[in-house]
Amino acid sequence: MKELAACARATKRFGRFTAVDEVDLRVGAGEIVGLLGANGAGKTTLIRLLLGLTGVSAGEVTLFGERPSRATRSRIGYVPQGLGLYDDLSPAENLQFTGQIFGHVDGGLPDDVRPYARDLVGSLPLGVQRRVAFAQALSHRPELLMLDEPTSGVDPLGRARLWETIGDAAEAGAGVLVTTHYMEEAQECGRLVIMAAGRVVAQGTAAEIVGSRLVTVVEAESWSAAFGALEAAGLQVALAGRGLRVPGAGPADVRRALGDVPARVAEAPATLEERFFELSQLSAAEPDGAAEPAA
Amino acid sequence: MSGAGTATAVWGASDLRVSYGHVVALDGVSLTAPAGQVTAVVGGDGAGKSTLLRCLAGAMSPGRGQVRRPAKERTGYLPASSGIYPDLTVAENLDFRAQGYGMSRQLAAQRSAEYLDRAGLAPAAGRLAGQLSGGMRQKLAVIAAMLHQPELIVLDEPTTGVDPVSRSGLWWLIARAAAEGCAIVLATTYLDEAERCTSVLVLDAGIALASGTPAEIVAAMPGSLRSSQQRPDGDAFARSWRRAGRWRTWDPDPGPGAGDGQAIEPDLQDAVTVAALARQLRAGEF
Repeated sequence: MKELAACARATKRFGRFTAVDEVDLRVGAGEIVGLLGANGAGKTTLIRLLLGLTGVSAGEVTLFGERPSRATRSRIGYVPQGLGLYDDLSPAENLQFTGQIFGHVDGGLPDDVRPYARDLVGSLPLGVQRRVAFAQALSHRPELLMLDEPTSGVDPLGRARLWETIGDAAEAGAGVLVTTHYMEEAQECGRLVIMAAGRVVAQGTAAEIVGSRLVTVVEAESWSAAFGALEAAGLQVALAGRGLRVPGAGPADVRRALGDVPARVAEAPATLEERFFELSQLSAAEPDGAAEPAA
Repeated sequence: MSGAGTATAVWGASDLRVSYGHVVALDGVSLTAPAGQVTAVVGGDGAGKSTLLRCLAGAMSPGRGQVRRPAKERTGYLPASSGIYPDLTVAENLDFRAQGYGMSRQLAAQRSAEYLDRAGLAPAAGRLAGQLSGGMRQKLAVIAAMLHQPELIVLDEPTTGVDPVSRSGLWWLIARAAAEGCAIVLATTYLDEAERCTSVLVLDAGIALASGTPAEIVAAMPGSLRSSQQRPDGDAFARSWRRAGRWRTWDPDPGPGAGDGQAIEPDLQDAVTVAALARQLRAGEF
């Protein structure tokens, strides 16, 4: 697989604060890689290093085998969370403008946007704006796509359709790096990299990262009574329909905490979000950054 | 449950219709929000979620239909724009709310301290709200909406743009309010969140596509689903979509040998996708 972006022990320090700490990350051609992390985990700094907007304090970052620069940036397609379109230009004008900057003839608007070609972007529904932003990011046939929460605010069918576009780009050979807070989106990625406190704390497929982790689930006649009892015992409790999930404690501890509250207690496989939360908490609890080794 | 006499209250709306000029934002939408339960309103941008929530919170009147809600001072509302004063500190924002709701100083201080502590905001109590991260600001906004122990809390996309760690804190606040007997209605675009709620209303272009418990919505899905590595062609192409790197295909009326791929049991995300797809196919929008 052709390597498009690579970080080798990449480190970025701001004074005494280490935002990115010896990160190894690779994105190959045709691959969709998801980058997950809580606020402050170091995702944004890592992306800025990859784009060449800031330099490493130690380690190495390469894009297309070179140091990141303006030239390498022109081979990237980027959709920021705010979409990065000019509201007071039409979709067609936005694409022409990008085409002129990148020095290519634009590939035209996708069929479902064509009816809006002459309207101002600012007046269009967000779903249409998002398709324009995708068309713009893809118009210069980038080798690497960088997407920041690409489907925020989109309904499930709309989200599936946008991911079909992303999948087509990957199938045509582009590498894709997606940052997201949403596990439904993370599940679309072939490989995930989880960051916490500047470090990579896990990587692999969603199934590999979750592994065989279990959480305790509680079904009670009165979920609020069960919630109160578990809360009082200092356990971390999450609502799940008419039941509760207790990620940090085994069934025996949960039964003890429930006392005489009638409830059924069982175990169920952890979700990706629960595992992610656990990984984030583990590294937060260890201020020297000694998190679990990457999978 | 606490909140004497209110635990059996059912708030909600029936047959709402709202238009903005020629655009119909809600068309015949109903919702029930029982005390002690969390009800999710799901849909993408422009589905009508905010309009429904504004009606429920009393921030606007529907053109037609009825809203059942407690008095305004017994309602908590988090608008999409968060409703937090950026140039007040975290503690000042909550004090201001508490005074506005006529809470006793002691009760306000006690509840503020507990919520700030549990939401991980206690160290930030003296910081200006405008300097908080998005996740912290949303947690503060949710605390502000529930501080006065309202009977109905209406939250417009409380978790949008919030990272999973802050989201977990927000969900704790929501569960805590429900455990106290409050009815909660929240909007979200994410179905893994809706799946955690007692009941769900799915909106699309101002119309209710589906409603019920997550299990009821899944059970009501017509036809069947299969999963395959490749996207099917022919007329099944329009009935297929990408999910977790594979292809799902919906067969509205599966006969023997409905097509390639492996039969799978739908979840809430599948059922909602099928409802939207069926509507598009009927309208000839594909």
